[in-house]
Amino acid sequence: MRIDIPLSCPVPLKHSTVQLAHGGGGRLMRQLIEEVFLEPLPASPLMERHDSAVVPLGAERLALTTDSYVVTPRFFPGGDIGRLAVYGTVNDLAMAGARPLYLSAGFILEEGLALEELRRVVASLREAARECGVRLVTGDTKVVDRGKADGLFLNTTGVGRVPSGRSVHPLRVRPGDVVLVSGDVGRHGIAVLSVREGIAFETPIQSDCAPLTPLVEALFDAGVDVHCLRDTTRGGLASALNEIALDGGVGLVLEESAVPVDEGVEGACELLGLDPLYVACEGRMVAFVPAPQAEAALKALRGHPLGAGAARIGRVTEAHPGQVSLRTRLGGHRLLDLLSGEQLPRIC
Amino acid sequence: MMKYVEEYRGAREAHRYAQALRSLVTRPWTLMEVCGGQTHAIVRFGIDQLLPPGLTLLHGPGCPVCVTPVALVDKALAIASRPGVLFCSFGDMLRVPGSEKDLLSAKAAGADVRIVYSPMDALALAERMPERQVVFFAVGFETTAPASAMAVHEARRRGLRNFSLLSAHVLVPPAMEAILASPGRRVDGFLAAGHVCTIMGTETYQPLVRAYRVPIVATGFEPVDLLQGIHMCVAQLEEGRADVENQYARAVRTAGNAPAQAMLHEVFEVVPRAWRGIGPIPASGLGLRDRYADWDAERKFRVAEVGGREDSECQSGQVLRGLLKPPECPAFGTRCTPETPLGATMVSSEGACAAYYRYRRSIGPCASTSP
Repeated sequence: MRIDIPLSCPVPLKHSTVQLAHGGGGRLMRQLIEEVFLEPLPASPLMERHDSAVVPLGAERLALTTDSYVVTPRFFPGGDIGRLAVYGTVNDLAMAGARPLYLSAGFILEEGLALEELRRVVASLREAARECGVRLVTGDTKVVDRGKADGLFLNTTGVGRVPSGRSVHPLRVRPGDVVLVSGDVGRHGIAVLSVREGIAFETPIQSDCAPLTPLVEALFDAGVDVHCLRDTTRGGLASALNEIALDGGVGLVLEESAVPVDEGVEGACELLGLDPLYVACEGRMVAFVPAPQAEAALKALRGHPLGAGAARIGRVTEAHPGQVSLRTRLGGHRLLDLLSGEQLPRIC
Repeated sequence: MMKYVEEYRGAREAHRYAQALRSLVTRPWTLMEVCGGQTHAIVRFGIDQLLPPGLTLLHGPGCPVCVTPVALVDKALAIASRPGVLFCSFGDMLRVPGSEKDLLSAKAAGADVRIVYSPMDALALAERMPERQVVFFAVGFETTAPASAMAVHEARRRGLRNFSLLSAHVLVPPAMEAILASPGRRVDGFLAAGHVCTIMGTETYQPLVRAYRVPIVATGFEPVDLLQGIHMCVAQLEEGRADVENQYARAVRTAGNAPAQAMLHEVFEVVPRAWRGIGPIPASGLGLRDRYADWDAERKFRVAEVGGREDSECQSGQVLRGLLKPPECPAFGTRCTPETPLGATMVSSEGACAAYYRYRRSIGPCASTSP
């Protein structure tokens, strides 16, 4: 049974206060951005809805992005908040095809935070910046009363240069393009959850947090005409694809059986009632490339350790713009929707 | 773990059962899957799309979140808003609307509401924070009730008086009987929830089978499980039989899990319970026995009088009784969405309305008119 209801259109905000679900990467967050931020702040690069704003500076094009990190716990299997704050911002630059140059770091510290822990975070941040070849050039520190922040919040802003000739944007996605993913999905979310909730799994799951610049450069070095890139962070693969479908005005068809998911992640999701397609990653991206170049792109991705698990997972269609449909393992089709808020673990 | 799941998701095996069903069915039959987890699997994997014409699946009352009455959600909200209370719940109860708000809104307004994965996690919080009153919202069928009972039993054993249980536990067979006894019944056979049978065994359904001459097949949750369960149920109907059968033999025994049943009996007694959208069903709930009154949140926080009203527009009761499919409700997807739910079937991760909303809206362009 199918019913025609235009539910990808905005519905009015229900809440009069900010809810956790407004930060979940789903439909509520999209509404918040559209209604509260974009209407009063209609600056054109902002309106592009890309991971970075790409702005001209003389003959050059600069990419600019900012992101805040509030992860709990601050140290998790495979990473920590310092590493995440560098990779996350560098990855947002990379998703616009930019090479990262400079980074700022703003710390909001809660009274009582152990200095030793702060030192560990800073050391990690410095090490990650070195690894990514990005220079930390400015910063800011504020201290707030106990209870006013969850120990440590971290904001990073990144500036990068977009090499001439590159244009990576949701509006360049075309029907016929192929969707690639750079590796298995859902690791970061499960790794953080396992520590936060004290859930022990048979095999400890490591976060995938990693810089994506080398993979992006490998695609361009292989001569691939990359149409669009998106890192699959909050809201996971499904949310990233929905954003591209909506912003690019195209339809997407995803092959469920082609999406790589680590067995441990899949087992954990099964146990908790979560869908791995909506679980956050911090070192994975989707790439939209012309079909004739799909094999070359896959080879380029797989040539780098961070892209060893790359796979072809779907295609772009002319039909059903703004929607992502999933071909199930049994051969049926269903909608792969934006979530209303965050996924909540189920009861049984 | 997934190796034990994957073999029940194989497309070839699923299609083999679908083909067998096509050869088997000679007339229209209507089956009800009782459990919300099964409903989601059916819609998510598109299992109903594989069935022969005339074989209809109805979605039953088996989502414990959906059937928790508004009054109990209001009681939960009242308790959670008290100073000093740490209110623990399974994740999918947090968005379920009470008369005026849900637990997530209460949390945003300052209540300390936390997601736990087991009642024992809530008990551990109580032990760690003796200055707080820790309350666990105990929702679920026979499946989750033994763990709730164990938590209360342990609290008493360890002398933890800052722990209590708000019991919303319900029993499946009385709800199935209510459906069978209701006028306008459409159900020819049941797929019983596999995990409930894991605890209670298959014997628990014998009285229903005898009284109503209806086949009941204890069924698992994966596509192949469901198709095999449907096949077993239809085979009985075609042969004119009505028995209890067990598709889920890898987990379910005839007598169930005796220690779990003993723990249930120790802590809980059977009480009448109103089901959201359906109304009162006699002997269908589990309440704490008097000897555990000190761990009963309803008595401890004196919220017996707190009670809410259901939205009159919400037709989830019809959906839960198999009288209406979610898209047939006039409010579905318009005035009732996961962001603006009228009833719990739209918000719970196991709710039938949520399943249809999430997986079965048309794949079509965004129309210009607002919903």
